[in-house]
Amino acid sequence: MKKSRYAYYPGCTLKTSAKEYDISARLVCKALGIELEELKDWTCCGAASAHSIDQLLGIALPALELQAAAKLELPLVAACALCFSRLKFAAHELKEEKVRNLIGEVMGKEISQDHHYEVVHLLQLLDENTDKMKIEKPLHGLKVACYYGCLLVRPKEVTNFDDVENPQTMDRIIQVLGAENVGWDFKTECCGGSHMLVRPDIVVKLSHRLLAQAQQAGADCLAVACPVCHSNLDSMQKTIAAKYKDNIHLPVFYFTQLAGLALGLPPKQLLLDKHFIDPLPLLMNKGLM
Amino acid sequence: MARIGVFVCHCGTNIAGTVDVTKVVEVIKKLPMVVLATDSKYTCSEPGQASIREAIIENNLNRVVIASCSPRMHEATFRRTVASTGLNPYLLEIANIREQCSWVHSDDKEVATAKAIEIIKMAVSKVIRHEPLFPTQVEITKRALIIGGGITGIQAALDIANAGYEVVVVEREPSIGGRMSQLDKTFPTLDCSACILTPKMVDLGQHPKIKLMTYAEVKKVKGFVGNFEAEILQKARKVDHLKCTGCGTCWQKCPQKILSQFDLGLGKRTAIYIPFAQAVPPKPVIDVSICRYIKYLNWVATGQEGKKPPECRICEKLCPTGAITWDQEEELITEKFGAVVVATGYQTYDHSHYQEYGGGAYPDVISGLQLERLMSASGPTGGEVIRPSDGAHPKTVAFVCCVGSRDQQKGRPYCSKVCCMYTAKHAIMLREHDPEIQCYIFYIDVRTGGKDFEEFYLRAIDEAGVIYIKGRPSKIYRDGKKLKILGEDALIGRPVEIAADLVVLATGMEPSIGADELARILNASYDTYNFMVEAHPKLRPVETQTDGVFVAGACVGPRDIPECVAHGGAAAAKVSALFSQDTLTTDPLIAVVNQARCIGCLLCVAICPFKAISYEVTRDKRLIAVVNESLCKGCGLCMASCRPKAVDLRGFTNQQILDEVNSLWL
Amino acid sequence: MSVASVITPQPVSELRSAVEAYSRQKISHCYQCGKCTAGCPVAYAMDLTPRRVMRAIQLGLKDELLASRAPWICFFCITCSARCPREIDIASVMESLRLLAISEKTKSSVEDIKLFHRLFLSFVRLWGRAYELGLGAAYNLLGRHPLNKAEIIPGMLSRGKLAFLPHRSKRANEIRKIFKRIEVMRNEKIIQPKSEVKAQ
Repeated sequence: MKKSRYAYYPGCTLKTSAKEYDISARLVCKALGIELEELKDWTCCGAASAHSIDQLLGIALPALELQAAAKLELPLVAACALCFSRLKFAAHELKEEKVRNLIGEVMGKEISQDHHYEVVHLLQLLDENTDKMKIEKPLHGLKVACYYGCLLVRPKEVTNFDDVENPQTMDRIIQVLGAENVGWDFKTECCGGSHMLVRPDIVVKLSHRLLAQAQQAGADCLAVACPVCHSNLDSMQKTIAAKYKDNIHLPVFYFTQLAGLALGLPPKQLLLDKHFIDPLPLLMNKGLM
Repeated sequence: MARIGVFVCHCGTNIAGTVDVTKVVEVIKKLPMVVLATDSKYTCSEPGQASIREAIIENNLNRVVIASCSPRMHEATFRRTVASTGLNPYLLEIANIREQCSWVHSDDKEVATAKAIEIIKMAVSKVIRHEPLFPTQVEITKRALIIGGGITGIQAALDIANAGYEVVVVEREPSIGGRMSQLDKTFPTLDCSACILTPKMVDLGQHPKIKLMTYAEVKKVKGFVGNFEAEILQKARKVDHLKCTGCGTCWQKCPQKILSQFDLGLGKRTAIYIPFAQAVPPKPVIDVSICRYIKYLNWVATGQEGKKPPECRICEKLCPTGAITWDQEEELITEKFGAVVVATGYQTYDHSHYQEYGGGAYPDVISGLQLERLMSASGPTGGEVIRPSDGAHPKTVAFVCCVGSRDQQKGRPYCSKVCCMYTAKHAIMLREHDPEIQCYIFYIDVRTGGKDFEEFYLRAIDEAGVIYIKGRPSKIYRDGKKLKILGEDALIGRPVEIAADLVVLATGMEPSIGADELARILNASYDTYNFMVEAHPKLRPVETQTDGVFVAGACVGPRDIPECVAHGGAAAAKVSALFSQDTLTTDPLIAVVNQARCIGCLLCVAICPFKAISYEVTRDKRLIAVVNESLCKGCGLCMASCRPKAVDLRGFTNQQILDEVNSLWL
Repeated sequence: MSVASVITPQPVSELRSAVEAYSRQKISHCYQCGKCTAGCPVAYAMDLTPRRVMRAIQLGLKDELLASRAPWICFFCITCSARCPREIDIASVMESLRLLAISEKTKSSVEDIKLFHRLFLSFVRLWGRAYELGLGAAYNLLGRHPLNKAEIIPGMLSRGKLAFLPHRSKRANEIRKIFKRIEVMRNEKIIQPKSEVKAQ
């Protein structure tokens, strides 16, 4: 159902290492007439660490944000796929009475039974509003490999987001923007996730596989919807290319940046100059700037 | 006035070991109307039965109670014993004091004895109201309807026809032959499938007692065993088969082509076509959905809107006998039968559901049956195994087993039985095609339960150098021209990656489309996967709960060719046994409607699971229910649901049941 | 553990009950097809691959499992659960092993991964938000690999992508209360799974 006001949960990285995503998302939503009300004094969703160490913590941390959004009586939209996953898991678990009681105890207040927490991801938001998009600068000639990552589509019973093996939400958006989707087989294979610090070797291996496949499929660039994926694929790309020596060079965009470009917003505003792999030469080459 | 004889059996120690038989006899003797109560060690034996016979005659008994094992064991035997004295066999009641007494209360003799007495009391009170009953005779139409013209249906048809009875075979496709006609070779003998199939097909086509209706479907079946009436839709071929000689000129010249279903999308066929060269009948049909002239006729009929389609008619112009008949319409034909055999076979699982294996969109990831078409000399590539994408000869071929089988997640938890064997067969044959091909087979288990099957598996390893890898692959993706398979070698415990030129998915078996609808038409049971359900999985194969309807072959469950042939033969034997009788005897223990009491609410009609009750209007214009004696199985649901108590069950009447209950207070 | 050591299978074990209670999965349903391992992107880095982990649970090999680094290398991409033909949520089984290892305080060869998680959470506890720079520094120093991923730090800083100072949320005190309450409920410092939440 189409709404025009959402409670917005940016997540920790969107204020630091992924601020391009935050800025571009806000600009695009503004252009589409969607109001994003950032949750006041929001707190961390717990990411991968909370649920790996403690079950209750893993649900209580995102539950705080669910409650905050519920208080505002607004559906909650998340930008980061990891935050989205944690919020969805919490919403899913809280359907059970036993869980509600325990988490209520942990949070120091009762959690009502009949509340149904509505959580969506930014991709779904934009997909629903493609008809509102006034495409000023169609991204003709740009070949994009849409990369969804793992946690948006899995597990299906929790996230309820598109097809598990071959999702199309981002592809649809990219098409509306005038760009071309390349058919490739790694849309939902993991990039290495939050193992960035602890096992960078794993990130290098997995992200390389993704980049190589996208490049082989004929892509000019990747489009992502998660700051963790972006960080792995973008900031580690030079390390990856150096290790594998197979001429990997693929700028990685947040899909909101591509949307912003197509809507006519200036590249600088979209913080396209903040990437490690500079996308500007590609855009100029394609006459999109 | 009833004169009841009660015979209590010791059943060796089965009953006597727990129940105090002597005491039981003493108590029962004293019951009103019991003229004689006695016991014996093995009542079902010859001397046992003889003593019953004598007792009936000597004591002029007119009711008999035998307290013994379950009626399922010897009721029929004892009925014959009673009948041999001239007494009506339905004046007998069995009191089960074994399965329902001594066997379950073996730890408490007192309780067992008391219970045995109560059970016999109930039987005594019931038997008083037993009436003599007489089974009726029904005529049999000695004609069999076989639905499905694959190897199973063909075998059943030939066997029944050779037994001397008439057979009608109805096949949905333009030709008989089924899945076997699509196969190249069969395991474990590597016989050429068409070579062993076509002689049987020809036999069927030429058999004087068999009427073959191809391109036809069964739409409705009414009636009951021995007396079925079927409505068969003969689809319009647009070709007069009486004039057509099968010369082939028309299909060689037809300009309209479409992807062939017979070749599973790997080749093309024309609008006027026979599905394969050895088709029986060897005469074509016109696929009206793609025929150019039919499109033109439709265009004319719907007001000539849009672009005018060509008025082709090339087949008509070239046909030397003028067999093309554009105005031929489909026909609904009604025929009578005594038995129906369902042999509708299987189709292979649609692997496009496995998105992780390409979702059916990778041209070089094919199913096992598609590989058969490639390997077949009469197939779309003339027997050359090539990659559908670029026509190159593959050198590395990977097989993935259990696609659509043993997979709860895909809704197919069962094992399809034949895939392990046909995959080994494929690997062996690929080596024969090209000695340089290396095959890898990803399996979970290798199942080789038939005769010579394990040896065949070893042959795949020895002669064809196949590498078997235990582990279900998680994903197949494209890498340039190759297909990469991500698997695990579970036996060594390490992830494995193979780059293949061609991937063959061993897709499982599932019932043909429309199997469930046909089952409903016949009022036969089918399961969650649309496989037909047999009357008893062990002891009554090929029969169903519906008398006169038989099932055979792969429509019952996954199985290979020898099993299908055996199954078809079994169904034929049962049909022949049915037809060997002059009339059918029906069981008289059925429901009866008291017409005076019936108020015509027809609740029983809806409730009857065997559709045995219908209705009629009496002479005084009242609507009443009527039970079809041949279909009724005596389950009693109608009796339980009848509000005015108009329906009663012979042998289990309302009054009898009340008497049984009341007897417990005596 | 030595490859050749003899095992005594324990089909009924504390480990298995705990795992089944937490994850609500039917461990016995696993028929060792290997599809989970085949699709797991990090199986190559595990000592026990997902399939072998399932087998170990079936056999009741508690010590091996709790000391294994497999549940910690697993980063919950959930590919295994999504493709399992017996519909077993293997990711959830891995999670229950992580929580069991924490509760039983067993040492594995991946103490650094546990360290990372604890450090991450300690910043969240303090300020209600993640603190990337602090996390990286603390992890590298405490883990004794000061130059880990150092190559990207200059790039991050110059692009303004790394906050020097931690961002704080005014609701951090609520977070601290949650941590405290959980500790009290568990009676120790961040603790074990006891399957309260997902029981039966």
